[in-house]
Amino acid sequence: MLAFIARRLMIAAPTVVLISMLVFGLQKLLPGDPVLAMGEDRDPAVLEALREQYRLNDPVAVQYATWIAGAAQGDLGVSLRTRQPVADLIAAKAPVTLQLAAMALGFALLIGVPMGVLSAVKQNTWADYLANAVALSGLSVPNFWLGIMLILLVSVNLGWLPASGYVSPSEDFARSMQTMLMPAFVLGTGLAATLMRHTRSAMLGVLRADYVRTARAKGLSERRVILKHALRNALVPVITVSALIFGELLGGAVLTEQIFTIPGFGKLVVDAVFTRDYAVVQGIVLCTAVAFILLNLAADVAQRALNPRLRDAP
Amino acid sequence: MSAAVAEAVAAPRRRSRAWAKLRRRPAALLGAALVLCFVALAALAPLLPIASPIATDWGAVRAAPSAAHPLGADELGRDILSRMIWGAQASLLAGVASVAIAVALGAPLGVLAGYRGGWTDAVISRFTEALLAVPFLILAIAFAAFLGPSLTNAMIAIGLSSMPFFIRIARAQTQSVMTEDYFESARAIGLGHGAIIARYVAPNILAPILVQATLTVATAIIAEASLSFLGLGQQPPSPSWGSMLNTAKNFLHQAPWMALWPGLAIFLVVLGFNLLGDGLRDALDPRET
Repeated sequence: MLAFIARRLMIAAPTVVLISMLVFGLQKLLPGDPVLAMGEDRDPAVLEALREQYRLNDPVAVQYATWIAGAAQGDLGVSLRTRQPVADLIAAKAPVTLQLAAMALGFALLIGVPMGVLSAVKQNTWADYLANAVALSGLSVPNFWLGIMLILLVSVNLGWLPASGYVSPSEDFARSMQTMLMPAFVLGTGLAATLMRHTRSAMLGVLRADYVRTARAKGLSERRVILKHALRNALVPVITVSALIFGELLGGAVLTEQIFTIPGFGKLVVDAVFTRDYAVVQGIVLCTAVAFILLNLAADVAQRALNPRLRDAP
Repeated sequence: MSAAVAEAVAAPRRRSRAWAKLRRRPAALLGAALVLCFVALAALAPLLPIASPIATDWGAVRAAPSAAHPLGADELGRDILSRMIWGAQASLLAGVASVAIAVALGAPLGVLAGYRGGWTDAVISRFTEALLAVPFLILAIAFAAFLGPSLTNAMIAIGLSSMPFFIRIARAQTQSVMTEDYFESARAIGLGHGAIIARYVAPNILAPILVQATLTVATAIIAEASLSFLGLGQQPPSPSWGSMLNTAKNFLHQAPWMALWPGLAIFLVVLGFNLLGDGLRDALDPRET
């Protein structure tokens, strides 16, 4: 398994390098002088000193080499707006987004997997059609609109949950769950639909397998056949998909955090975009890409661990 | 040569069967109807007897739905129905144009990678993997941020972010076509690369590209609405469903109808494209009977 992980990491390395070139190149293609964006001071001597300080007078290849060498050691540069290290800014916001993404994934699994199982077991019945219709609606609804509608219903009209804000779980766990409940549900809806479709498809394949027929022939109860024999095997691809969609959750979190005023990763990127703080945008793109690649790897490792037939594959 | 002739005869028959299968799927027809309704509304916007989407009316600020404003008015007294209909133009244009950009760039690159193989394939594939490693919306936001906020730039950003999906499909399909007998026959009779791609590869990758394009239009419409919602797409005062929702979220207490209609429109048009895309996928899948 270790050799497999090492080989996958080596394959992933060129991808990370390409992404870093892409984000660095995009910034370099922009017109204008980045030091002018750093403040009001237009004194040529000060500007020149800043260019020297940030090595902007170096050739582009040298600038890239310096940046990527720093990034490899956790130094993603300095925010032009706040003058704080980008890595610190990301590290401060990441736990908030990770909490939101983890809760959203929890919702997605709780809704998507049972719906997928029901839909497969009751194939071509009204329950199947209804589950499919709900899943398709979940895929079609823009989550930021769903968020607005839920704020209107649950917060404004019913007053059950707060419409915005964030409380850290270490500060007040119950209040934290209360503030994150609605955003996590909103973020998890589309993913629940994706998981439902994958679970249904995997279950339909497993339910036709010989060992399920054998389990039924042995006289096992239908409940035991589905839960112990079919679902256990159908969940293998679902776990892989869950790991992969966790990366997508980071993208979806941008809008959810904007609607519910959650001070996470997404809000950081939007603020950086509007203040033209490209160092932060670069850092976030690079970090999400690396996280996505690691999640891919984790999914592959989990799949190999759960599926004995894959263990001997190269 | 006979394999190539057989393939040329079989292709129109497959298309005809696919159309017959599509017509038997009520969900796909409902999707097509939804899409056609919105396309008709968007196309006929200049001819419809509706108010100007940017005309302000201080006497109708946040007015509730009434005979004068069937869907209500926004914070500047602008007619929401009119802005919805004109917003359909922006959303549909963004959806279709960004997918056109993605197909125009992605499909040739995918065919090139699949057809040439070797280093060309390795370079294009690594580039595709790099783009796919960044979550779609984050990539679109990053492109839009670097290009600057406007509807055109949002379309380019979404197009570039969607491009890898089409590279992958075109590459896989090209590799699949290259294992067929008719492809070998075409090479054996000495056809040039361009002619082989135009006559045998392109027609065979069309169906999966069409399915993916239909489904990606749905994703692109949501992405455009998301970028406009964040202020990176359509700029005021021009209407777009995403920017209307962005404004509406500030007036949820006073004028909830401002948020209801644009979101419902996005939902319906995206649902339409998803139903149509699912139907097309099933109809064009040779395994489906």
